[in-house]
Order: sequence, then C-alpha cells, then structure tokens
Amino acid sequence: MDEKLPPPSPQEQEEQLHHERVSRRTFLMKIAIALDVLVTIGVAVPLGWYLLGALPSRKNGYLRWIPIGNVDDFKPDETTLITFENPIRSPWDGYTAKVPAYVRRQGADKFTVFAINCAHLGCPVRWFPESQLFMCPCHGGIYYADGSRASGPPPRGLFTYPTKIENGKLLIDAGQVPTLSTQAKLIQEISPCPQNENPGTGASTIG
Amino acid sequence: MPAERKPWYRRLYDWLERRVQLEGPIKDAALHKVPRKTASWWYVFGSASLSLLIFQVITGIFLAIVYVPSASEAWTSLQFLNHHVALGWFIRALHGWGSNFMVSVVLIHMTQVFLFGAYKFPRELTWIVGVFLLLLTLAMAFTGQVMRFDQDAFWGIGIGVSMMGRVPLIGAPLVHLILGGPIIGAGTLSRFFALHVFVIPGTLLGLAGLHVWMVLKLGINEWPMPGRLVRRETYIQEYNKLAQRDGIPFVPGAIWKDLVFSAGVIAAVVVCACIFGPNGPGGIPDPTIIATVPKPDFYFLWIYAALALLPPTWETPVMLVVPPLAILAMIALPLVAGVGEKSWHRRPVAVLSVAVLAVSWGVLTHLATYSPWSPKMNAWSSDPIPSWYIQKRTPLVLEGANVFQYKQCRNCHALGGVGGRRGPALDDIASRMTQDQLIRQVEQGGGNMPAFGANLSPPQITALVKFLETLHAPDRPLSGDAAHRVVQKNGIPKHSDIEQGAQY
Repeated sequence: MDEKLPPPSPQEQEEQLHHERVSRRTFLMKIAIALDVLVTIGVAVPLGWYLLGALPSRKNGYLRWIPIGNVDDFKPDETTLITFENPIRSPWDGYTAKVPAYVRRQGADKFTVFAINCAHLGCPVRWFPESQLFMCPCHGGIYYADGSRASGPPPRGLFTYPTKIENGKLLIDAGQVPTLSTQAKLIQEISPCPQNENPGTGASTIG
Repeated sequence: MPAERKPWYRRLYDWLERRVQLEGPIKDAALHKVPRKTASWWYVFGSASLSLLIFQVITGIFLAIVYVPSASEAWTSLQFLNHHVALGWFIRALHGWGSNFMVSVVLIHMTQVFLFGAYKFPRELTWIVGVFLLLLTLAMAFTGQVMRFDQDAFWGIGIGVSMMGRVPLIGAPLVHLILGGPIIGAGTLSRFFALHVFVIPGTLLGLAGLHVWMVLKLGINEWPMPGRLVRRETYIQEYNKLAQRDGIPFVPGAIWKDLVFSAGVIAAVVVCACIFGPNGPGGIPDPTIIATVPKPDFYFLWIYAALALLPPTWETPVMLVVPPLAILAMIALPLVAGVGEKSWHRRPVAVLSVAVLAVSWGVLTHLATYSPWSPKMNAWSSDPIPSWYIQKRTPLVLEGANVFQYKQCRNCHALGGVGGRRGPALDDIASRMTQDQLIRQVEQGGGNMPAFGANLSPPQITALVKFLETLHAPDRPLSGDAAHRVVQKNGIPKHSDIEQGAQY
C-alpha cells in the first residue's frame, strides 16, 4: 500500500511560504538592527571620549608649578594682588587665561598664596589692608588676613595654593579654578561659637 | 468641451497638495472643536510661548551671523554688533528682551495650567513634557547669559561650577566637563555656545512640537467647573460631549485671541528693545579686574538671594538636593494628583502653593536687587559721616569717627541711611548697647561680624567706642548698665526700698 499524505493545499503552501518568508526577514531585520547597534556604539564611544577630553589625564592633572615673582618683590607683612597666566591655555582664551591671586608674606621665606575665588561660590574677593579683611561682593563672605573665615556663608577659609621657593623665585602649584572639590577638602568646619580662643584675635590674623 | 482651466495659483496649490497631502491634517487641526469656554483670554499663554520661541530662533540666527563664539573675541564682537553693525544693537535687544518675555510667559502659562488643573488625566504627559520645556527655557536663559561673555557672565559660570564643585565624589570631573578645561576660558564658551545654539534649542523645538501635538490630540483643557470631577472611566466621554455639543471650531473661534495676544507680546518685546536697548555687554571678562560686583540676570536673582541667605551648614544639601526634588515633584504631580477636582475654587493647597511661591520669588528677587548681605565695597571712602554726628564733638570722638571710616566699618554699617547693610545701622547703637557690650562686640565680633581685636589698638578701640556712644536718637536714653548704677548708688538698695519702687 502506498499511503501518501495529501499534498498541502495551495492555501497551506502559501501560509508555509509566508511563515518562512517572514521568519527569514525577521531574522535578517534583527541582524540589521544588531549591526546598527554595533555601529552606533562604535560611533558613540569615540564621541564620549571626545567629550571627556576636557578631563585632565590621570598622571599630573591640571596643576603645574608656576613662578609668580621674585621673593624680594613681596614686602613682609603685606598682601599683594598678583596675576599669572594659566599654564594650560589655548591661544583664543583672551583675557580669561589670566588668573589673579593674593600673595601674603609673613616672614623671610614664609608665604601664603590665596586664590581670588571666594570659597562660597567663587566670586572674586577684595583685600582691604586698612581693616585687614577680604570681602566678597556676591554673598557677603568675609575672611581674616590669614584667609580664615570671619563671617558670611563660606564653608571654609580662602583656598590657598601650595608654594615653594627656588632660586629666589616664588612658585605656586596652580592651574585650575578652585572649587570645593577641585582644590582642597573642607579644611575648616564652621564652628557656631568661638572655642577657647577668640577668632580673629590670634597673632596669625594680624596682617 | 475641455474643463474650465483653473487659475495658476490654484493649479500650483493642487500640484503641491497632490504631493505633500497636508491639507487633511491641517484642516483637522484647525477645525477641531474646542469647548466654548476655552476660547478665553486665559488660554493664550501657551501659543504666546511658542511664538516667542520662534521669535528667539529667528533673532538668534541673525545674531549668529556676526557673533564670534571665542573667549578672546566674543565680547568685542558684541561691542561691534552694538556700535558698528546697522541695527545690530536692535537685534541684540530683541533677542535679550525676547528671552525675558519668554521666561515670564512660560512661567505664567505654567501657573495657569496648574491652577486650571490641566495636568490631570489624560494630559499628564503634556504637563511632564511642559516641565522639561520650562527647564530647557531656563537653561536657554542661563547659557544665553554666558553668550554675553562679560564680567557677570564670567563670574556667573564661576558660581555655577562652584555649586557643581560641591557634588560629592564626582565634583571635580563635573567642574572640568562643564568648563571644558581647567579654567573658565575658550573651552567653556565654545561648549555653552553649542548648548545654546544647537543642543537646547533643538530639544526645545522637538519637545514643543510633541507638547502641541498632544494638546491637539487630547483636546484643550476644558474650563474647570467646581464639582465637575475628573474620573478616568468617564472623562474622555464627558469631554467629547462638551466639545461636540457646545464646542466651536478652533479656527477661527479661539485662535483669534491667540493671534492677538502673540502680536501684543512680540510688539511689547519690540517696544522694550527700542526703549531699553540691549543688555550690555558689561565689563570685559578679565578675571584680573576684581573690582566687580557680579549679579545674575533678572530671572536668576532669586537664586542669588537664596544662596546668600541660607545658613552655611544647610547650603550644600539645599543646593544639591532641593532642585532635583523640586523637578521630581513637578513631574510626579500629575501622576499623584491625576484625577479629581480641577477648579481652583476647590483646590486651596494649589492656590496657596502658587501664592507662597510667588511671594517668595518676589521677596527674594526684590532683596537681590539691592543685596543687603553684601558689604558695600566703597562705602568707607565714598559715604561721609553725616555732619550732625561730628559737630561739637570732642577730639577723641572725632578720632573714633576716623577709625570708624578708615577701618571700613561703614562697608557693613549704615549711618544716616547711607552705607553697607550687612550689619545693623548704627544710628542709635548707643541706645541698644552699653559701653562694655560695644567693646566686646568690636574686639571679638560675633553674630556675623568679624573680630577686630587683632586689628585695632586699644586707643583706637577706645576712640571708636567713644564715637559709637554718641550715636543715639535725641529722645532715646543711652543704654545703661545696671551693675554700674548699683555701684554708683553704693550698693543694692534696701529690700524695703525696692518694694517701694526704687530703681536699681
């Protein structure tokens, strides 16, 4: 006996074909989408890399030792406004490549160099030799001559640059806008009441 | 017989329509029915925002023809626009005033849809997209302020990154990403230019399109009636009934008010531009010019005030936590309160929130216009002591007045209504503080005043306090010290005398 299955009806044939066609096309489409995702990642990675180019390389960051003048240029017990060029700059920075700072000489080779930026929100503080205070024009931060916070909203004293003296020249380690996270840690917590010593009466706050 | 030949413009229209096929959708959009009461003057702020957005794009393109987005040239190119390009000042003024109006109109629009309950079902997503449109508008305002690249813009970026610098762990990379380098400079301006000209406006236009699309698809919010509650099950039916039974076609029934108001707003921008002119650019963006008092543009003054007035210990948490929470709250609003009462007559919390926010905003902005928290930097050398405080005084008191000016007390303390307002005015200080209290306050500071003990010699303090002791209103007595009086009266009076009313 020769029993055969009846041949698929035209409709069944059509369905089978359709199913096959769809599944193959679906498969191809999935491949194509995977390809697109791959290409997108291939483009996105360098684009992200390009954006992150603004970050400093891990080795030395943005900081460089910069000479800011001869040691003898600064008079003892005085606070002087100086300007230096940022070490990392582009030719079209214009005025903005210049960075101001305050140099305070306390002794023969003891210097403190303050960033101009208020520790509160970065406005330029002004030095008043008469009252021996730094005052900020934005939100009213006030600092003593040694940079410690006297009043107002700043969460700490003025930012300082590390200093060193080489061959009679004063150098500072600088190169980036100082903020609470790009300069230093919170070094001075706010104390609501004066502790043993009255603030501003110690020898260190006298200019 | 050949068909009658149509006029050329009709044929052109048909030729185009056969290809673009936009007539149907546009007719649908224009003639869709809106509830009669929504053809109101209250419903014009959204369309005005869109008109202003288009206006800003056009004027912005005109500015970009001349503006140079380079840190070394931007300021000069704006001066060039102001003074050397025909009507350059006018285009700058239009764009600047356009931004002021856009921020205002967007805020008014948002307040209106909030009070009218328009964010409720089914328009939740329309509101959420609107929240992002508001944020993008504010981002345009801030980046636009940077484009001006003057002193205010320069230090404004500094304030922005100082806030970012407070973010824990990723603060430093965040700062450098925003700045495009270590300092505010070439990289910073180019970055903000790309944001202001491509990224944000592109997103803004896309989202504004989506926003309008949803308004068309879901229908304009009906006029809220007290007691007509939104229910998910029945709302769509009720709205359709309202729009169909008592509705009028959007064009021309409602649109004429939109068109009139938009024309009025743009005309107001033009008038302001003509009368007040462009904003700046202010001083050159030279960081070494530190004799500057940076202030943000009008719309951010309230933040400037809040940052000055927050207690220092709260500040970082408030800066970093409150903005995301506020944005989250706005996004969550329609999801949490998506049904129920729409009318402001029955939503006291909503009305109170708007009132509190508006008053807070107004107060903070007003305070920021004269910033009493900042020392007045030149008061000590420019504001003389009123003559009535130094007439017929002893040499010691006059020396005290000298110390008062020379040591910059005046920068924070006003006399005769002139001077800084950081500390209290001292016109009647002698009625409020005794000699001992004055000496202590000057030497040790406190209550937000620096200590001057290290900076003033004892003779200077004596002179200064002598001067301060002369400052009191004629009809108010000097502040006295009870202990001094007791000593002068040879001890405490007898108990029986006190009972009879004797004073210490």
